Amino acid sequence: METFRKLKKFYWPFKVYFIWSIMFLVVVTAITVVYPIVLQITIDEAVLGGRYELIPLLTIGFVGIMIIKGAATYIYQYTGDLFGIHSVYQLRNSLYAKLQYLSFKYYDNAKTGDLMSRLTADVEAFRFFLSFGFSELIRFCLLILISFSVMFYYSITLTIVTLITLPFLAVVVFKFDKEVHPAFRGIRKSFGSLNTKVQENISGINTVKSLSREDFEIKKFNDSNRDYKDKYLFTSEIWAKYFPLMELLGNLSVVLLLGYGGYLVMVEEILPGELVAFYSLLWYIMWPIMNLGFVINQYSQSKASGERLLEILEAEEEIVEKDGAVHVSAFEGNVEFDNVTLRYGVDDKAAIYNLSFTAKPGKIIGLIGSTGSGKTSITQLLTRFYEPNEGEIRIDGQEISNYSIQSLRGNIGIVLQESFLFSSSIKANISYGRPEAEMDDIIDAAKRAQAHDFISALPDGYDTILGERGMGLSGGQKQRIAIARAICVNPSILILDDATSAVDMETEFEIQKALNEVMKGKTTFIIAHRISSLQYADEILVLEDGRIAERGNHKQLVQNAGLYQRIYELQYKDRDKLQRSYTS
Amino acid sequence: MTKHKHDNTANRFHYSTDLVIEKPFNWKQMLRLFSYILPYKKSLVPLSIIMVLINTAVRLMIPILIGVYTLDQAIVERDTSMLIKLVILIAALYAVSYFANIFRIRWMNELGQNVIYDLRKHLFTHVQNLSHRFFDQRSAGSILVRIMNDINSLQELFTNGVINLLMDMILLAGIFVILFSLSPELTLAIMVILPVMFFISTSLRKKIRRSWQTVRLKQAKLNSHLNESIQGVRVTQSYTQEKENMLYFDGVNKESFESWKEASQKNAMFRPLVELTNALGTAVLIWYGSSLIGNGISIGVFVSFAFYLGMFWEPISRLGMVYNQLLMGMASSERIFEFLDEKPIVSERENTIELKEVEGHIEFDKVMFSYDGKRMALNEINLEIMSGQTVAFVGHTGSGKTTIASLVSRFYDPDNGRVLVDGKDLKDVSISSLRNQISIVLQDTFIFSGTIMDNIRFGRPSATDEEVKSAAKAVGAADFIEELPKDYLTEVEERGNILSVGERQLISFARALLADPQILILDEATASIDTETEVKIQKALKTLLKGRTAIMIAHRLSTIREADNIFVLENGRIIEKGTHDELMNYEGEYHDLVKSQFNMLDAI
Repeated sequence: METFRKLKKFYWPFKVYFIWSIMFLVVVTAITVVYPIVLQITIDEAVLGGRYELIPLLTIGFVGIMIIKGAATYIYQYTGDLFGIHSVYQLRNSLYAKLQYLSFKYYDNAKTGDLMSRLTADVEAFRFFLSFGFSELIRFCLLILISFSVMFYYSITLTIVTLITLPFLAVVVFKFDKEVHPAFRGIRKSFGSLNTKVQENISGINTVKSLSREDFEIKKFNDSNRDYKDKYLFTSEIWAKYFPLMELLGNLSVVLLLGYGGYLVMVEEILPGELVAFYSLLWYIMWPIMNLGFVINQYSQSKASGERLLEILEAEEEIVEKDGAVHVSAFEGNVEFDNVTLRYGVDDKAAIYNLSFTAKPGKIIGLIGSTGSGKTSITQLLTRFYEPNEGEIRIDGQEISNYSIQSLRGNIGIVLQESFLFSSSIKANISYGRPEAEMDDIIDAAKRAQAHDFISALPDGYDTILGERGMGLSGGQKQRIAIARAICVNPSILILDDATSAVDMETEFEIQKALNEVMKGKTTFIIAHRISSLQYADEILVLEDGRIAERGNHKQLVQNAGLYQRIYELQYKDRDKLQRSYTS
Repeated sequence: MTKHKHDNTANRFHYSTDLVIEKPFNWKQMLRLFSYILPYKKSLVPLSIIMVLINTAVRLMIPILIGVYTLDQAIVERDTSMLIKLVILIAALYAVSYFANIFRIRWMNELGQNVIYDLRKHLFTHVQNLSHRFFDQRSAGSILVRIMNDINSLQELFTNGVINLLMDMILLAGIFVILFSLSPELTLAIMVILPVMFFISTSLRKKIRRSWQTVRLKQAKLNSHLNESIQGVRVTQSYTQEKENMLYFDGVNKESFESWKEASQKNAMFRPLVELTNALGTAVLIWYGSSLIGNGISIGVFVSFAFYLGMFWEPISRLGMVYNQLLMGMASSERIFEFLDEKPIVSERENTIELKEVEGHIEFDKVMFSYDGKRMALNEINLEIMSGQTVAFVGHTGSGKTTIASLVSRFYDPDNGRVLVDGKDLKDVSISSLRNQISIVLQDTFIFSGTIMDNIRFGRPSATDEEVKSAAKAVGAADFIEELPKDYLTEVEERGNILSVGERQLISFARALLADPQILILDEATASIDTETEVKIQKALKTLLKGRTAIMIAHRLSTIREADNIFVLENGRIIEKGTHDELMNYEGEYHDLVKSQFNMLDAI
């Protein structure tokens, strides 16, 4: 119940739908029980009792009541649905808003698949329970209560004799439920792993074909395919075992009813019509009980779903704006790191340790070092995606947490190694950071990123819609669009995180030209593996295990007999050899 | 201005939602679909049908036994022994139906699942052998959807649909015959509700289903956006577009909400209408039926009618459902057959030669090739690669480097000319025996989820653990693997994100080494790797190339320079060939290319 109480703010504003739904549910259930009674009166009073004048009244009354029931059913169901979908609309917006603001740290540990299943399956389970679960429980109680009362009214002994199978039915339902749910989970799991197999196979099809492992893959697929079939058949075995049994128990009640009830009619203890009515009422009790397991399961599932949703809603947003944060429209670009230490997890070793440096406005800072040396951490601290455990980071003399997040991040442009583009037009992708940008600005940004030519050559030009992850464009083209996106916001500080690594040499040349244009007058951080990308930086920081191992400009570092020089020699060995062979 | 702003928000993202969910009925396709049942026509099909028939018979008999016999002849006549006999008979029938039900559920599910299993297996096997072009033209997601979802949507049709169709028709006909024999005039009177029921079951249901489809489409759009916004959240936060995205999401969410509201509204009409129709039937029964009691029908017949009336809806409802399943099945099966009709571009001749233990001598003899029939990708290529040689292909994107490699592994056949391995035309050779001799090391190697061990073993599934380890050692991958938490047994996620680009390269080298091919094709990675790793890769490459014929699509000068022979390609022609020194002295295109690379480095 705790879960539902915490989620109250999403559904309780719509309680009016819920109340209407329940009110009409009561009407519907009450009328349901009327049908057997009408049948009984027709047989006993009108036909056997010879009072044929009752017939028109009964017929019209019956039709009238059924029309009321129809209307009531409609209202009950529709308002129930409205209750669910209104709540879900609200819930989804809150979840989405939350997701927008959760920190990088949260996403480092989250898996897209898991988040997606919460946002889809769990939201759906929650809606289903709001729309049907609650009211189904109420309906169950009402139906059983009313049916029992009517049956008791007709004959107590007959009720007891007929419903003697009920405890057995309850046991069977209980056992069935206990077995069938794990089995269903088995099907879902098996389907999930089959899905993963196929997805991996298709995504890795080039690798499969290059090693001609098709037959091996087909065999692996078939194992999963067979497992899915087996799991499914295992579940249908459970159905085959219990479902006919439930039906048989229900039917046994019918047999008891006929035998004992028939006898009671013969000794004139009950009327024939009452016997017929009993037959209908019997099923009003049997069916809900057979379904009871389903409803209870629905409840526990939606409770679990609610918990998973709360986990997202209650996750901590680590990066929060200070009250009275300053808003600035542009930075000068003076960046200072003052004894900064960063640990990603509490027990992790420091990704950045006691790091200090200053970047003057308009200067280029190069960062080099092997994977995991802390290059990217520096840029993520600067953009405040993570906060330092110790030390201060300042821009233009102010600690960065004093700025509003909008003005901090809005003035820093980032181009990453693998550029993420959205399923949208090229135009919208370039103006992603400044949706209000005019077409001229967009074209200008594209021109400066050396992207205008190839974009104009596309049939739809700037209106070309990019598919999943920018399918249809080459790596270099995507990268240039990402650069245009960064240019479009006109940032004061630029971060190029290995921006040219995933493209071939010719494209790299194009992109470098574009970047040189963009870097003018902005404080720029370049992360790179190639000396060639860094040699004109004003200061190069060589990082090793989160510390600065060497610093200086290219000229100084080449003679420093350190890591930088070693890398330089490895990369330029080719060139020297080449030039020697060329001149000889 | 506000309108402009609104447009901007709504057009922020585009998700294609043009998936057709249903198609008109098509006999030819239907027959093709049902050909998957044929293997079971002598086993599961007749067995299921027999069980269904037994079940249907019992269900048809019970109401007469209760109404006409028990009520009229036993109870009204006060015949106790008759009552006992009837009760026993009914109990026995229920028992029969109990057993029939067990087998019905078992066999029908077996039938359905076997058909689905076969169909999926067929589709996957077929797709697996399709060409690269097939995969290049489609997103992975769209292929996945056909193998998984489209096939699953046929599941219900094959498990229950087809056989229920039979059962329901028999049931309806049975009820009709029985009722007619009990009282023709009352039967005719009650039949007025049948057209209404059919209308609700087919037409109204179709409308309802369509509106649910709209809901699903909107939902799909919403999900696509959610998925993308999670994956792109770092970009969004970098550009502080959280609020703008929330505005967009609210729009999508509202669309979904509206469609849902509309569907619920239509859906909520369904049950009341069905019940009202039933009530109409009951009203006819009460009014007209009770007037017939005494002159034509007995009280028992009256009761039997009441029972049968309650039984009408179920089969009609199910028929409507099957009809709808069929329409949806048409759309799914059309998409499935579209894939199945896709021909592998390279087809095998009969009586092919098995290639065993090739030397690795490769020859191109006047090879012409075009992907689209318009632009020549390769134009009269003549070349020879001696066994054990390493050759490099150099040229701009689209010059034909990759095409040459694809023809050697016979992913395509040349339009003209011949490709020969050890003097044998590849067209005469069995594809699998050829590919067993060739390994390709891709620049974007795929890491499957599983252990590192399994990933390396992918090169040769029969390799022992020891062989895997020594392959890893030989290419210098052992160092980083042994530093992982569980070394070779470390689980890597899909796409291998705990491994760096360089480490993935080394794994793919180990794979290739394990496969031990005579011919090796190497599509060199362009992604820059930190320099220390690059040195390791160069070393590993030497180990890998030893004693094999190697074709390299190279980007790095250091790799190219080591080649025994370099081919420079332009627009599908070989314009220069020779060793590095020869080509440098020749001062042609290669010379310019090399020079421009260094000039470029200087320009930055």
